Amino acid sequence: MLGKLTWDAIPWDEPIPLAAGGLVGLVIMGVLGLVTVKGWWPYLWHEWITSVDHKRVGVMYCLLGLVMLVRGFVDAIMMRTQQAIAVNAPGYLTPEHYDQVFSAHGVMMIFFGAMPFIVGLMNFVVPLQLGVRDVAFPTLNSVSFWLTASGALLTNVSLVVGEFARTGWIAYAPLSEPAYSPGVGVDYYLWALQIAGVGTLMSGVNLVTTILKMRAPGMGYLRMPMFVWTSLGANLLIVAAFPILTATLTMLTLDRYLGFHFFTNEAGGNPMMFMSLVWAWGHPEVYILILPAFGVFSEVISTFSGKPLFGYRSMVLATMFITVVAFMVWLHHFFTMGAGGDVNAAFGIATSIIAVGTGVKIYNWLFTMYGGRIRYTTPMLWSVGFLVTWIIGGMTGVLLAVPPADFVLHNSLFLVAHFHNTVIAGTLFGAFAGLTYWFPKAFGFRLHEGWGKAAFWLSITGFLIVFMPMYVLGLAGMTRRLQHITEPSWRPMLLVMLGGVGVMIAGVACQVTQIVVSIRRREELRDWTGDPWDGRSLEWATPSPPPAFNFPVLPDVEGEEVYWGMKQKAIQHQELVPEPDYKAVEMPRNSPTGVVVAFFCSFTGFALIWHIWWMVALSLLGAYITFVVFAWRDHVEYEISAEEIAAVDRRRREARKRWLFEHSEAEGSA
Amino acid sequence: MSAAADQPYQAPARRDPYQLGRRDPHAKRQGGEATGHGEGGPASKRIVTAYGFWIFLLSDFIMFSGFFAGYAVLGGAAAGGPRPADLFEPTRVAVETALLLLSSFTCGLASVATQARKMVLTQLGLLATGLLGFAFLVLEVQEFAMMIAEGAGPSRSAFLSAFYALVGCHGLHVGVGLLWLGTMMAQVWVKGFRDDILRRLACFNLFWHALDIIWVGVFTVVYLLGMGR
Repeated sequence: MLGKLTWDAIPWDEPIPLAAGGLVGLVIMGVLGLVTVKGWWPYLWHEWITSVDHKRVGVMYCLLGLVMLVRGFVDAIMMRTQQAIAVNAPGYLTPEHYDQVFSAHGVMMIFFGAMPFIVGLMNFVVPLQLGVRDVAFPTLNSVSFWLTASGALLTNVSLVVGEFARTGWIAYAPLSEPAYSPGVGVDYYLWALQIAGVGTLMSGVNLVTTILKMRAPGMGYLRMPMFVWTSLGANLLIVAAFPILTATLTMLTLDRYLGFHFFTNEAGGNPMMFMSLVWAWGHPEVYILILPAFGVFSEVISTFSGKPLFGYRSMVLATMFITVVAFMVWLHHFFTMGAGGDVNAAFGIATSIIAVGTGVKIYNWLFTMYGGRIRYTTPMLWSVGFLVTWIIGGMTGVLLAVPPADFVLHNSLFLVAHFHNTVIAGTLFGAFAGLTYWFPKAFGFRLHEGWGKAAFWLSITGFLIVFMPMYVLGLAGMTRRLQHITEPSWRPMLLVMLGGVGVMIAGVACQVTQIVVSIRRREELRDWTGDPWDGRSLEWATPSPPPAFNFPVLPDVEGEEVYWGMKQKAIQHQELVPEPDYKAVEMPRNSPTGVVVAFFCSFTGFALIWHIWWMVALSLLGAYITFVVFAWRDHVEYEISAEEIAAVDRRRREARKRWLFEHSEAEGSA
Repeated sequence: MSAAADQPYQAPARRDPYQLGRRDPHAKRQGGEATGHGEGGPASKRIVTAYGFWIFLLSDFIMFSGFFAGYAVLGGAAAGGPRPADLFEPTRVAVETALLLLSSFTCGLASVATQARKMVLTQLGLLATGLLGFAFLVLEVQEFAMMIAEGAGPSRSAFLSAFYALVGCHGLHVGVGLLWLGTMMAQVWVKGFRDDILRRLACFNLFWHALDIIWVGVFTVVYLLGMGR
């Protein structure tokens, strides 16, 4: 009846996952209870859960990302603590549990923390910057989000029901084959990633189509803001790379479920093919994570330097260069596999060359700041912090690209330090810069600066204290994924790293406090004009938060940095452009399709993991019926009347007129 | 989207594409020159939908290329078991190919009938497509069943694993396509030639023809080259 699922699946004898699971359960019950008591369900259901508005979907993506980042961070704290105390001692985590923790840490951080956050930022910002009203396929967008959430849910369920993979975050075969991983851990991994991966792929298709086919009149390719360009690069990579992951995970699934021999040691299977295939996805994936962050830094540095982005066209070229070359370097993840000197040399050179594109970007950001009137706000601090620390990660990457050096350093903590240096100082700092930069656009009030700055300084300090010693330990020969350590001379460094984690915890606490404080003091942090940072691209032309239709009429784009041009014109003429002729707008209706499909997919995944075949059939049928019901609807759009649009826009114009008046006063007195 | 979105695509007015640098946004537009680089705003829904579906199909091709790569690597790893030449029947594959290509032809006919807004002909064309696709699937499942009965199942060797995964993935696509086809026929019947239904039909057409392209690859790489192994 319930396949392999029995009461033994719950780890009664392991207090840590039970306590953690119980705590998470309590928090979830608490939140659900609060929502029920306060009667927020109708609001949540109509305004958020079933929303197909790209802004709402984007915000939900970011929220999911933030929560999962915290979950992944807890795993990191556990690992650092274990290694600090398990020097010639067993520590407090058994090897089985420790292996699950580091596997879950990687999966959480990459797939359910960083990815949703980055996808959320792109979802929220790209249509606004393009001057359009939504993405190409709004309902599909909602489906994508809920599928990602479903994958995250499955991964978290593994905490208390069964176990998670003990194979590392990309489940190398043959370790992940049933012969060596007979439990359900790898199955959780496979189905969670498969479901979330489909969501990511759909979101990539959606955003590529949006950027290439839906832009405001006059928004030529070379007028798109840098964030849109980097989003285009990232989403092209998603469309081209995620199918490889789908295929690879399917092969491993067939091996595990139906006794196929893709990656086994027997019957002609080839485990090395798994490395090759998974990294053919995996290396583009790291550029999927970093490119949008590059876009955030470009926007932030240009805005807070009060200058156009230096070398815009070279930036576009560098972005596209990275997008293409990202597919030509994957073999550097397994130089030691024995592909031979010539192959290794070719991929080593390609890997070094990709740094040229990044170098171009670094110099462009520096020259953007040069001679500018720089405002060191929180987003700008994250960006400058990125410039300084990310250089180190980039250069250690070039070092690892040299095959002979890689033979010495591979599988060591040096490598771990390198990729954390690029992902934390790059993607995560970019995510936080983007969060503080676009938060007022999403919610109508700014985040508190003081707490934001405290969070930045603590995070970057903690980051350096954790990962600089890690480089040293790697050079000293400490390998990765050690449950206990037998070399006592590494202990001081491990303790220093644990202290660094403490500082990072303080940084995270400051960020949580920042959000709480900002919500409580939202009236004094309110953004009335819709342009709190003196921005340059079209998202700042809308009120904060933007209305469902974004723009009353699609803006006419007459040059790069279109909103900056509009503002200068208004200042010059001391008046806004004449009021446009408002027309009614058709917007897509909300749809529960996304959440219902994800509901059935979660059950499908769970049933597949535990071999509950009737539930698989039933859930798939449910998902299919949901799609048919969706396809059958007759009213897909609703109309927003011209009067309503005019009313919203007139309020915005009032605010802008006040701003213009104050602005001219300030200019006059200066 | 806005009313402007549904207007027909207009040929862009040319401007110097090599003009570099930032244009002064305050400068008056030169006489008769279109704004921007000749872009007229968002494309129509028809264009956007078909374009997006093409992007999806390209990603699907990449997924197949993963399975093709797997087959290319493992195709020779028979592990002492049967080899391609021992298993494949040229006649069956020829009939399968003919069925699938014919189904694409009828799918095209259905699309022509749709253009002419002829309900019965559209339904007949789609029905023929579905029947041909179904016949293809029956032959494929039969082939699999016979091979498994001979002891040449997917667990026998890496070559057979790769074979079943690649050909089966294509077969699964055909199966899902049939499900979609049935749903489409019902939608056209009940809702008529509505704009959104037409867009979906166009996507189905693209999908069905894409399966042909994949099959040409399967036919060549698996069967044609396999007969010599």
